[in-house]
Amino acid sequence: MANEAATSGLAASVKPKRRLIPPAVLKFARYTAVRGIALLLTVCIGVYISIWIANMGGYVDDIRRATVTEAVAFSFRGNPIYQDMAPSERRVLMEDEIARQIERLGLDQPFLGRSFGYLLDALSLNLGRAEQMSSDTGSKDVKAILLERLPVTLVLFGTANLLTFFLGVFIALFLSRRYGSFLDRMSVALAPTSAAPPWFYGIFLILIFASVLGVLPYGGMLDAPVPETGLGRTLSLLKHMVLPLLAWLMGTLAIGIYTRRTFFLIHSSEDYVELAKAKGLKSNTIERRYVLRPTLPTIVTQFAFTLIYAWQGAIITETVFSWPGLGRLLFQAIGLFETPVIIGSVVIFAYLLAISVFLLDIIYAMIDPRVKLGSEGSQ
Amino acid sequence: MMGLLKRLFQTLKLYPTILASSLIILGLVGLSIYAVVAIPFNEAIALWRGAEDVWSDTPRYAAPAWTNAFRGNKLPETFTLHSGEENTVVTEGDTSTEYLTSFTFDYDYRTFPQEMNVFFEATYDRAKPYVIVTLFTPDGREIPMFRGAIRTSQRYAISQDTSLNKSTPDLPPHIVLLADPDTLGVEGVEPEVVPGEYTLQIKALTFEEGSTVESRYTLYGDVYGVAGTDQRRRDITVALLWGTPIALIFGLCATVGTSILTFIIAALGTWYGGWLDAAIQRITEVNLMLPFLPILIMVGTFYSRSIWLMLAVIIALGIFTAAIKGYRAMFLQVKNSPYIEAARAYGASNTRIVFRYMIPKIAPVLVPTFVTGIPTFVFLEASLAVLGLGDPVLPTWGKVLRDAYQGGALYRGYYYWVLEPAILLMITGLAFSMLGFALDRIFNPRLRGI
Repeated sequence: MANEAATSGLAASVKPKRRLIPPAVLKFARYTAVRGIALLLTVCIGVYISIWIANMGGYVDDIRRATVTEAVAFSFRGNPIYQDMAPSERRVLMEDEIARQIERLGLDQPFLGRSFGYLLDALSLNLGRAEQMSSDTGSKDVKAILLERLPVTLVLFGTANLLTFFLGVFIALFLSRRYGSFLDRMSVALAPTSAAPPWFYGIFLILIFASVLGVLPYGGMLDAPVPETGLGRTLSLLKHMVLPLLAWLMGTLAIGIYTRRTFFLIHSSEDYVELAKAKGLKSNTIERRYVLRPTLPTIVTQFAFTLIYAWQGAIITETVFSWPGLGRLLFQAIGLFETPVIIGSVVIFAYLLAISVFLLDIIYAMIDPRVKLGSEGSQ
Repeated sequence: MMGLLKRLFQTLKLYPTILASSLIILGLVGLSIYAVVAIPFNEAIALWRGAEDVWSDTPRYAAPAWTNAFRGNKLPETFTLHSGEENTVVTEGDTSTEYLTSFTFDYDYRTFPQEMNVFFEATYDRAKPYVIVTLFTPDGREIPMFRGAIRTSQRYAISQDTSLNKSTPDLPPHIVLLADPDTLGVEGVEPEVVPGEYTLQIKALTFEEGSTVESRYTLYGDVYGVAGTDQRRRDITVALLWGTPIALIFGLCATVGTSILTFIIAALGTWYGGWLDAAIQRITEVNLMLPFLPILIMVGTFYSRSIWLMLAVIIALGIFTAAIKGYRAMFLQVKNSPYIEAARAYGASNTRIVFRYMIPKIAPVLVPTFVTGIPTFVFLEASLAVLGLGDPVLPTWGKVLRDAYQGGALYRGYYYWVLEPAILLMITGLAFSMLGFALDRIFNPRLRGI
């Protein structure tokens, strides 16, 4: 310690201007910290608002209280043990049981207090136990329920979103090189078809390929009975993925190609690209160095968001194709007033979004000279 | 005025997409007006929510009548015959009056109808009228069907009259009536229709002065009307027609609400800067964290499925979106431009600068966003309806899709049920979207020529 202090003291005496941490790093650290705290606050507020919405300001509590009362009354009516009891005695027992159930669900506490408990639990990813839903293995743990559906959603929407993204970028690049060609004009003409969402095309696809032609399944994820071999299962999965994937591409690809093509064209009409052309650089080099590079941050951002949104799945597409993913889980959870599952799915999404935004901010701050550090607040 | 119209038309000719999509949109507006005029709102609601009492003369799951044009084996058409002067002979007797009504119809189809019903409406004081129903088949048989006294309003359900199919109880009565007796009850032989002219004769006797009997015969085929019917016998035309104004109004309100409010808030935030701008930015960031569709589903499930509440929630969640950042960047450029400085120099008020100088400058950019936004919300309404969160009262395209989906239309081959609302949605979506994209190329100078 002393030795170190001595060395630094010595260094300071030799070069008085030099500090231990360079100011750029300090600035960067401060920027990162400010950004991180701001995002964490955003997540907090977002999740807290979601908790209130998931409870409709106490409205859902009334429904749940009524459900509990009814369920207890029903179980008492059906149970022969209580049949011989005096009605007054039975009522006391029943009210006890109702009170116990309400206490178990925490419904005896005011919602304001509970909401902060929910928030803390949610933020610490302590997602708790579901009240009615359970995973296929029978677990009531919200994390288990969500994790069980996660791969199911990712295999479909991960593939779908990656396909849309990469096909979009490559076809757009290809078209921007052949500006004005027949294919290019066709992509412009097709762009409005993306006004319809994927599930809408899904209905048409099911009609054609499942109802009329009968070559592909209506929905679901695997054949029943489930094939025994791994290869059989994979083939069955692929067969069930064809229509949802196609629907996703029809609903999202055309607009993706159109916007990126326009984006590339705008960037390839910049003055510096003209200059590069005038210098006689090869078109490959121009594309790589002068068109792709400045557009890279935007593309990276889009890629990150593509991945995050894949996580969320798509509630209606999953419903139309009976795909047992997270979107459908969330829909079912809402139908069952299953607050822990709703909040769990919201908080994980919020975290993923915040983390990606945070990482992107940091990456931009490091690579993009146009993002000036420290000017964030005054912008 | 004429010159202006001519110039407008000549400009439009340069943009055939704009012309085509505008014509489609005008057509949709026309259809909406027709719907509202032809079926008043309360009547439409009553029709759409009505049960068997409203829809007594329509079959279930009937395809549109025009689909027969594409079929080799025509499906039986639905028809209703009313008693009137032209088919009724009145004979006055001493103690009673006889009304002899003959419903004559051709049945030349290979398949059997879904059902047959006779409805009676009678007026009497004390003595109930008495009716005798008989069917005369093309091959000369005479089948006695029903005889008995009737009340003021009575239905004789031929398809449930078990006295008619005693020898072949597993075949419904109306099939037994129309089938060739040689093909009935024979192992391995499908019943076949006797084609030709049938006469359903109703002899009604009234026993009082002024007592009347009116009757109505309905044959429920497999095709009906312009759009067909659904699982509750409702004519889908009602929902298709009324779905048009609802879709247009919903799309328009949601787009106007979100885009104009977003625009104004972005302008105010940019102009005043400081804490207002910061607050808008933070609210936007929080709002981006909130899951849009799940919140709508929660509101619909927990609270109310009313389309107006949904609209309010959609607008509330749709104001602080990524678009606000885009507008902010544009307004920042405008804020620093010389003419704003000039306005400030002559002492223009803040509101004057924002609403008279800043907003009009960028407003053209809003036009395409506006038009492309409409289909998004039209489809959003349909999405909510498909999830079962459509408005509980209003007939909309999305609700027809939902019914079709729930009713297994795709599995059972009722394609018309899915295709009709889907094609209307598609036409609406494409028309607005095409118009929006074309306008974008005109209004957005960076895209001009691209």
